[in-house]
Amino acid sequence: MMVLILLVGIFQSWNIALSIFNLCLISAVMTMGANIQWGYAGLINFGIMGYTALGGLAAVLISVDPVQEAWRAGGFDILMALWLIVVMVLVIRFILKRFEKSKIRTYSIAAIIISGILLIRFSAEPGIEAIEAVDPAKTGFLGGFGLPIVFSWIVGALFAGGLAFIVGKVALGLRADYLAIATLLISEIVIAIIKHEDWLTRGVKNVIGLKRPAPYEVDLQTTDWFIKLVEKFNSGKLSVIENLADRQAALNQLVIEGSSVFVKLCYSGLFLVVVIILLILTQKALYSPWGRMMRAIRDNEEAANAMGKNVVKQHLLIFILGSAIVGIAGAMLVTQDGLFTPGSYRPMRYTFLIWVMVIVGGSGNNFGAILGGFVVWFLWIEAAPISLFLINFFTAGIPETNALKAHLIESVPYFRFLLMGLGLLFIMRYRPKGILPEKIEIK
Amino acid sequence: MDFVNAIILLLNYIFIPALTYGSQLALGAIFVTLIYGILRFANFATGDMMSFGTMATILFTWYFQSLGVSLGVLPTALLAIPFGIIFMILYMLLIDKFVFKYYRHQKSPPVQFAMVSIGVMFVTQAVVRIIIGPADRRFFDGEKFIIKAREFKEMTGLNEGLALKSTQVITIFVTIVLVSLLFWFLNRTKTGKSMKAYSDNEDLALLSGIDPKKIVLVTWIIAGILATIGGALYGLDKSFKPFTYFNNMLPIFAAAIVGGIGNPFGAFLGGYVIAFSEILLTYAYKKFFMYVLPASMEPEGLVQLLSTDYKFAVSFSILVIVLLYRPSGIFKGKVL
Repeated sequence: MMVLILLVGIFQSWNIALSIFNLCLISAVMTMGANIQWGYAGLINFGIMGYTALGGLAAVLISVDPVQEAWRAGGFDILMALWLIVVMVLVIRFILKRFEKSKIRTYSIAAIIISGILLIRFSAEPGIEAIEAVDPAKTGFLGGFGLPIVFSWIVGALFAGGLAFIVGKVALGLRADYLAIATLLISEIVIAIIKHEDWLTRGVKNVIGLKRPAPYEVDLQTTDWFIKLVEKFNSGKLSVIENLADRQAALNQLVIEGSSVFVKLCYSGLFLVVVIILLILTQKALYSPWGRMMRAIRDNEEAANAMGKNVVKQHLLIFILGSAIVGIAGAMLVTQDGLFTPGSYRPMRYTFLIWVMVIVGGSGNNFGAILGGFVVWFLWIEAAPISLFLINFFTAGIPETNALKAHLIESVPYFRFLLMGLGLLFIMRYRPKGILPEKIEIK
Repeated sequence: MDFVNAIILLLNYIFIPALTYGSQLALGAIFVTLIYGILRFANFATGDMMSFGTMATILFTWYFQSLGVSLGVLPTALLAIPFGIIFMILYMLLIDKFVFKYYRHQKSPPVQFAMVSIGVMFVTQAVVRIIIGPADRRFFDGEKFIIKAREFKEMTGLNEGLALKSTQVITIFVTIVLVSLLFWFLNRTKTGKSMKAYSDNEDLALLSGIDPKKIVLVTWIIAGILATIGGALYGLDKSFKPFTYFNNMLPIFAAAIVGGIGNPFGAFLGGYVIAFSEILLTYAYKKFFMYVLPASMEPEGLVQLLSTDYKFAVSFSILVIVLLYRPSGIFKGKVL
């Protein structure tokens, strides 16, 4: 796999190779999260997109500077609305604890929820409008806390874990395929909220120019030590050029290229640290008594229950853990892109592709999950060039003007779907446990 | 007079669009429910199969248009639908033979089927996009309106116009005919009854001499008809875009589950439940109240319960509520 990425570096460019590598690392983290749920516990979660988006939201809320004016304009109303939500939840909890289950209780809870939503909507509306009116071209939202963006990786995990707690409480009792549908739909609701609550996320107007944990290219290009470093690396190439002015121009070009490679390398380093830490933790968990219990629950729920294991609680726990890891990946993704675009969260890319990675890599095996993330992401990106090459190869005898050939070349980007689908079907049929199947050694 | 105006307003903006959208969802939901009840898996390729059927219909429509064949005031697509259905059924049977049959013989758990159907979803999506491209396509021709809003105003002298698109009438009419035929088939014919028996208890049905191969074949044929007609009607009414069809899978699932999965009649009603609640909850009632209430009580805001952005979220929330309180659906499907 590394060889393939190196080949891309040599034949296409180091920039592309590194950006593929970085996204491979992020995909690997997402896959590990899904793999914990599916491979360890047999829980099917089609809501990965929602947790990814929440991680991204965390990145925005942590790193963006607070918009003071917006806070002054509508902060009070928003805080009031939040307070109302807390009160509502507490009242419902109180009713649930205090009264016996009955029809009246159910209806009164429903009435509280509906009237609460109406109350919140009407009380928060002026505040929301005021916030969205504050310089809508640039801000129009509350902003965040102005902290370094790396913190958001942890906060993203907390957000995703919190959502998973709610979803798990609601949906985990369902049978497997219903759980899949329910989580898919809930993730769509999450995306709808993120897309349309402009006061919180700027919605489809996107948040751009997030802070970075790595240096900026522009700064690097004017830093002395970096220019010297580039000069040293390329001294052989540069010394061939005789003319001093030419040499300077060549050096400048190299510095510009080198700076973006350097920035990507910084990200790779950070992501690699996360992946290694997660890998160590998940491996430890897999071989611990807890991992053994999870497998027991997965393989035979009734037996595990009979042995005194609390299946419901463990399912909820693992659902939260896996989703939290996906949340980390979501925050990492936004960190790397430097922008948050709620419109780009689509189930194809963020849920089903991740599932292809889990199945192809090997469910229940952490190395399999990482491998799946790398292989599938690499193919997803490189599918278009590969299929273009294949089309040209097979239709070499046909003239360029042929309608069929032109049509095929035009639709090259969609061959990636075909590749993914066929890959998934073949793996499911001939190697149902994935490339690296689950191996449990009992020591 | 104001009261009549208010009624017309609701008819024009809520009732007719919801009935049309509901019919389109209902056809898809019956498709999901049949596959679930008889082949026993949640088919995640639903939306993309519908887009495949629609694509075949569009290609035939173009072919007929190039030949100069048309139905006059009716859209040419109606002529193309039967050919689209044949292609759709062939494609489904092909997929069944190469993909689903193996897992059926293995008696794989439903989750594995669902995963496999995701593979089918990817492949179908690729096929559709490679053949017809991802762009937005309109393939409607013929007379667009049966009643135009302005003509209606002139005719009746009311303030509010009632526009009736021919696609809406076609959708509702075709749905009624198709669904009644389907229920007649399921409840009255021998094959339909044996399908029901197979869905209720596979082993007993096999013991009483029902041929599973025939059941599967008939199921895919019905599924192909429903998918193509549902997809083509949606495409005629709005427009054809592969991505929207993929997204439509979600409210269709919601409709099927709300109605009680495995229960075709429930799925049929579920489509309307979803469509009406989506439109009722996101409609701005300001104008309605302006007609009904006296001038002094006129509302200030739009009187909209939820902004239209949350259209999809409404149907999903209904689904979540139904799953929580009545997991077998409103009309008692299989118990989860």
